[in-house]
Amino acid sequence: MTKSITTDELAKRVVNREETLILDVRNTDEFDDWKIEGDSVEIINEPYFNLLDGVDAIADNVNKDQEIIVVCAKGGSSKMVRDLLEEEGFTHAYDLEGGMKAWSEHLEPVKIADLNDGGSLYQFVRLGKGCLSYMVVSDKKAAVVDANRMTGIYERFAEEKGVSIEHTIDTHLHADHISGGRQLAENTGGTYHLPDKDAEEVTFDYASLEEGTDITVGNTTIQVQPIYSPGHTIGSTSLMIDNKYLLTGDILFVKSIGRPDLAGKAEDWVGDLRETLYSRYKELSDDLIVLPAHYSFVDELGNDGSVKARLGDLYQRNSGLQVEDAQDFRKMVTENLPPQPNEHDNIRQTNMGKMNPEAEKQREMEIGPNRCAVHG
Amino acid sequence: MGITANETVDAKGLACPMPIVKTKKAISDLAPGQVMEVQATDKGSTADIKAWAESTGHQYLGTVEEDDVLKHYLRKASDDEVKNEANYDDVIDLQVLRNKVDGLEDVTILDVREQAEYAFNHIPGAINVPLGELENRMDEINTDKEIHVICRTGSRSDLAAQKLSQKGFKIVKNVVPGMAEWDGPTEKSTK
Repeated sequence: MTKSITTDELAKRVVNREETLILDVRNTDEFDDWKIEGDSVEIINEPYFNLLDGVDAIADNVNKDQEIIVVCAKGGSSKMVRDLLEEEGFTHAYDLEGGMKAWSEHLEPVKIADLNDGGSLYQFVRLGKGCLSYMVVSDKKAAVVDANRMTGIYERFAEEKGVSIEHTIDTHLHADHISGGRQLAENTGGTYHLPDKDAEEVTFDYASLEEGTDITVGNTTIQVQPIYSPGHTIGSTSLMIDNKYLLTGDILFVKSIGRPDLAGKAEDWVGDLRETLYSRYKELSDDLIVLPAHYSFVDELGNDGSVKARLGDLYQRNSGLQVEDAQDFRKMVTENLPPQPNEHDNIRQTNMGKMNPEAEKQREMEIGPNRCAVHG
Repeated sequence: MGITANETVDAKGLACPMPIVKTKKAISDLAPGQVMEVQATDKGSTADIKAWAESTGHQYLGTVEEDDVLKHYLRKASDDEVKNEANYDDVIDLQVLRNKVDGLEDVTILDVREQAEYAFNHIPGAINVPLGELENRMDEINTDKEIHVICRTGSRSDLAAQKLSQKGFKIVKNVVPGMAEWDGPTEKSTK
């Protein structure tokens, strides 16, 4: 009988909203900073080092027949605590293999739609960090948008679908996670696209992602049309697919909007951000489906586990789009911002190719929440 | 100057939870007030040792990194911190000492905490003679000067001040409460 569960199994449960009780045994600072979330997830925190002399603190509050999944940072302490719980008489104690480290790297693919001309659009949900990336598949070819560092996941997915990745695209220079775009293009012999304005300091070759320069995936079947939309970073670019799907990067999320301060330029970019959200996007069709590069709250996940919304609906209910006064808007996006993502400056340097940390270091740099949004 | 510890725990190459498990076991053999060095390579051990010390009442002193080995320093919880029974009357408030330090007065500060505590955080210019070594090292201290004795909370310095005045030191002041509340300038001597 196996007494461990994988991040894959846990992700399915979160997406399917199955009742799940988690015991997180990391220290409380780490737990408060970042934890597993889900509509159906109940989570308690008790650091492993407080359980070495006995698990009474847990046994007093949890029925021993109840299923409990123990989670720690890397998967070592959770096994020990699971054993302690078993000794105490718990019958359904499990540990999460690889801990939060593995959870932060798990990507859950969800199909968004069939495209015209036979293609498909997939969203990859990074439950442990709130990052969303995309794969456009058409006629044995594929493009990946805002790829995360775990390039192997996209490669395996492409292999399963029998497609080859020809393009990787970053909508902007990311500050919250290390981009896998360049590496993935290298691995697959594809082309890496990045907006020129975000690429002024990069140390590598790339194809420029410009308004009006479409990217073709497969046999001219799918057009990806960049729409220049500065605000989060000066080069932020939105992509449109099939005249129906609008990939907004970190400009517009389902419940919030992008923050303009992650390269230290809130004051400079706040005007661009407002222009994009209150004019450029407003001119587009209300029926476009917005597909962002992040989500902040687990209730943004739909019933199928995807994160998406109709543009017209967002103009009705996204609080970041309801601020009539330009001064109020400026205040909202420049004052009282949440803390900046952990290591955001080093992540930017890495994405520009100026730093090349080892894999283990990259993993550490990304630990924690993404915090790319402003919540109005 | 290295950092002195009464006991060393080798947890190098061990992943979580082993560094804490070993530390917990080893500290039970230590006398209250003694210092333990924990050597670990698991990066997560710093935050965990700190949090563990906080939850158990032991004192986390600090961590130094040498050749990819993290050396954590802990001081075992000791009763004298708790009872805090002051017997030496000539006390001086921490703030008064602070004013003297800020005013660049020539003050003699005798820090009687363990060397490892002193190494991570002390007032610039303070002399370190741990309480346990004071009897044998009194000749290092000038008998004619006004001496400000300080520790973490004022308990050990109380004992030290009594000893010094018995031995003929003329002006001895116990600084209260102690380094735990000090927010003036400090320096380290961990290298």
